[in-house]
Amino acid sequence: MYNLIGAGLIVIGGGVGLGQIGGKAMESIARQPEAAGKIQTAMIIIGALLEGLAFGALLLGK
Amino acid sequence: MNIASKYLSRIALLIILMSSFQGFSISRDREEQHPAGKGGQVDTKEEISDYIAHHLKESHDFHLYSYTNDVGDRKHIGFSLPVILWSSNGLVTFMSSEFHHDDAGHTIVERNGSKFTKLHSKIYELDEAATTVNLDEEHHPTNAHKVLDFSITKSVFGILLTGLLMFLGFNSLAKGYKKGAIPTGFGRLLEPLVIYVRDEIARPNIGEKKYRKFMPYLLTVFFFIWILNLLGLTPFGFNVTGQITITVCLALFTLVVYVSNGSKDFWAHTLWMPGVPKLLRPILAVLELVGFLLIKPFSLLVRLFANITAGHSVVMGIAALMILLKAKFGTAGATGISFLLTLFLMVIELLVAYLQAFIFTMLSALFIGMAVEEHEHH
Repeated sequence: MYNLIGAGLIVIGGGVGLGQIGGKAMESIARQPEAAGKIQTAMIIIGALLEGLAFGALLLGK
Repeated sequence: MNIASKYLSRIALLIILMSSFQGFSISRDREEQHPAGKGGQVDTKEEISDYIAHHLKESHDFHLYSYTNDVGDRKHIGFSLPVILWSSNGLVTFMSSEFHHDDAGHTIVERNGSKFTKLHSKIYELDEAATTVNLDEEHHPTNAHKVLDFSITKSVFGILLTGLLMFLGFNSLAKGYKKGAIPTGFGRLLEPLVIYVRDEIARPNIGEKKYRKFMPYLLTVFFFIWILNLLGLTPFGFNVTGQITITVCLALFTLVVYVSNGSKDFWAHTLWMPGVPKLLRPILAVLELVGFLLIKPFSLLVRLFANITAGHSVVMGIAALMILLKAKFGTAGATGISFLLTLFLMVIELLVAYLQAFIFTMLSALFIGMAVEEHEHH
């Protein structure tokens, strides 16, 4: 039961984080479309780091 | 003549593949003895989650589908793989079809005076006097012990197949360059990918001076993970990159590569950070070491493992909707719903398969780049 609540909290946290990353990346691409490639790569790296964190927490809570 | 022999060899290969295709059967009276195991038929929620858990684990044979024939026997169709064991009586080999797709310790195989049985995807050797396996409450055998298992399991087979595919593909690409600057045939597909890894992953992260040395490693890791992820989407049910042992090994390779290639500047900055109060330096050194030796490889291995495992279980869970919705929507309706949802998820999984290979390679390159970087002293 508790680990399910924990999993929900992790997903909320990860979702907020991913939303921030994606939203900001889109804003920057709209502002500077010529830098879209670089921004995208940086976005994916940060997203991956966040994902690693969230998955690590999910795995530990299992 | 040349074309004819090419086709002949292909047909021969197909025949060899087909001949290894075989059924394992479980007779009807055995079924009645063990009504709990309905020979692989899946109906209820518990059975579905059991089935998914079973798929995510390592297996000693390929299981494609099961059916009940006219006589009432349960037939399992798939490929068997070689089992190689180091038991108390030495090396033992046999084909996994001898277990008849049994995973509950009912079938006992005798070789070299030792008795073996398969229980929850693991092979146990029975003790001298024992004839059947006794299980305790947690389903662990009480009169059998584990053996050293070097079997060509499903994952090992997947790795060998990937190795073969990579060897053939890149061999043809390399040979193509001897004829001219433009590769021909299959190599034409691979060249842009190789250049992509070089220009988008290695060069920006490792640096113009040193990236060449790490290209072989990055390319191998990228294609290894990508091909294995794609194999996982075929109906053969590979789940190689979803095995934590595989991802641990891959992360350890990256760890060894960047630790062994660390520059003098890197170690100086890790162990004795300049420009920081002396009191803080040991604390920073501990933090940096834990980060570099533990957290970075851990995040690499967990990301790949969890993504592939989650993807596989979601796809299988959605496919199982077919069974759960049968009562509400009828067979055709339930199959249609489940088919469309599974199709949608499979397309996402195609993207994930590529993305995970890309991220693993990208982060490996990033970590290597951090380690080999040399700072300019002013």
